[in-house]
Amino acid sequence: MADISTHEKPAEAAGTTLLSVRDLGKTYGAGPGEVEAIRSISFDVRAGELVCVVGPSGCGKTTLLKCLSGLLHPTSGSVALAGQAVVAPPKKMAVVFQEYGRSLYPWLSVRDNVGLPLKARRLPRGERDDAVRAALEEVGLGHALSTYPWQLSGGMQQRVAIARAIAYQPEVLVMDEPFAAVDAQTRADLEDLVRRVWQDLGVTVIFVTHDIDESVYLGERVLVLSSSPTVVQEDLAVDLPSERDQISTRALPRFTELRTHVHEQIQRAKRGDRTALPAT
Amino acid sequence: MRRIRLRPVLGALRTLGYAAGLPALALLAWALATDRSASLYFPPPATIADAFVETWFGPAFTEDVLPSLGRFAAGVLLSMVIGIVAGTAIGTTRWLRDLLEPMLEFFRAVPPVVLVPVLMLMLGVGDTMRIAVIVSGCVWPVLLNTVEGVRGVDTVLTETSRSYRVRGGLSLRYVVLPAASPQIMAGIRLCLSIGLILMVISEMFASSSGLGYRIVYFQRSFMIAQMWSGIVLLGLVGVAVAGLYGIAERRVLHWYHGMREVARG
Repeated sequence: MADISTHEKPAEAAGTTLLSVRDLGKTYGAGPGEVEAIRSISFDVRAGELVCVVGPSGCGKTTLLKCLSGLLHPTSGSVALAGQAVVAPPKKMAVVFQEYGRSLYPWLSVRDNVGLPLKARRLPRGERDDAVRAALEEVGLGHALSTYPWQLSGGMQQRVAIARAIAYQPEVLVMDEPFAAVDAQTRADLEDLVRRVWQDLGVTVIFVTHDIDESVYLGERVLVLSSSPTVVQEDLAVDLPSERDQISTRALPRFTELRTHVHEQIQRAKRGDRTALPAT
Repeated sequence: MRRIRLRPVLGALRTLGYAAGLPALALLAWALATDRSASLYFPPPATIADAFVETWFGPAFTEDVLPSLGRFAAGVLLSMVIGIVAGTAIGTTRWLRDLLEPMLEFFRAVPPVVLVPVLMLMLGVGDTMRIAVIVSGCVWPVLLNTVEGVRGVDTVLTETSRSYRVRGGLSLRYVVLPAASPQIMAGIRLCLSIGLILMVISEMFASSSGLGYRIVYFQRSFMIAQMWSGIVLLGLVGVAVAGLYGIAERRVLHWYHGMREVARG
């Protein structure tokens, strides 16, 4: 196995920068009560990449994600998607939230939950139905069209949320700790689903998680964030084979090396923060 | 198989027994208490039943009952429309809310009954005045509940809609109003019971038709059994309105009840 940190990317559109984050900072409040959530984050994501963002809890992952998706205005710096500054939720981006139970519309059937963003886009009914059906089949829920989200298990609800994102046909799929609230077995299935969707659709994925193993298993690249106020601690290429399997990939010595490395980075980030705090 | 099918039947019978048991008992108690008494004011149920049929299954149905129900329906529907439209506008627009909220609290606190003379001066003594009285009391629960419901939409849902660019009328129709619907329905339920009271009260002033007018007329003419039959009719109207509300609520909020059942189970 090659020990160098270059890695294979999907052939389509690889190489061009799709998302560009420059000196992004976010401070909540003002005056003596202000909280600096993110100090300065810069990174680029190329088209077709699968990037995991990992960091200690409370490091501003969700804040970063909200700035990326145009839901929150950064205090400083900028985000650009395909050269266009992101100031509002962009057309070509779909978001999967952590709280699937609160992110799906309980009064709409699964079909309408997935279809509503397409309706907002004025897609004709026939095309909309086809897109909804295809997306739900992709996540293995082709049979659940007319059920309501709350009639499904947590894992299935998150599949509906993923189907909604897929049907939206985004160029960038942003996921905020989407599997934090599901059990281990479901989580493993959903991780493989994300890999498959990424490979099938050639979409760029930014996957935020606090789980080190998950970030290494899923990602082609892992961005390690420091503790708050947050900077990018490390930008690590994951040189694991592109066909991944829950058992054999996780048993690879390289997987263990990488996860140990990320783990140490995060520990270092936490220590660094603790020693840095009294000085300021 | 047969045993299993018997269960829902027995269950329905039991529900019916519970629902009808107490009214039947109350009726029996009334009958026993009034059997020997010669009180003019408390006639036995049979007399009231006779008066009921005689009074209301005649011209009074078209002269009093229908106009009353029409005014009730107009007042309540108008309140719902005004309450939901204005409530949504106020709930989604911050400056409008800051501007109006103190004033709304004031007007809500004014008992609508005291407005009757004022409204009579302004609108005369016709149906418009009576509908205005109903609206002046009924609009508040719908309006204030809609404001609260629209304001209280879960932030994750709002962010989801924003990130998928579901906006404007579509967001109102498929996100904001459904999310607020449990609260709005609670407001409508209050609106209906207040509306019935105000319908009767508005007809007690300067009126020549309607249930409220007729009951007061019977009272003043010492037609006590007829008066009681009017009160019974009002109660039955109330039950029918509550029944219709129940049907509507089950349709509108089926997802809400289903979700709560799942959460409890």
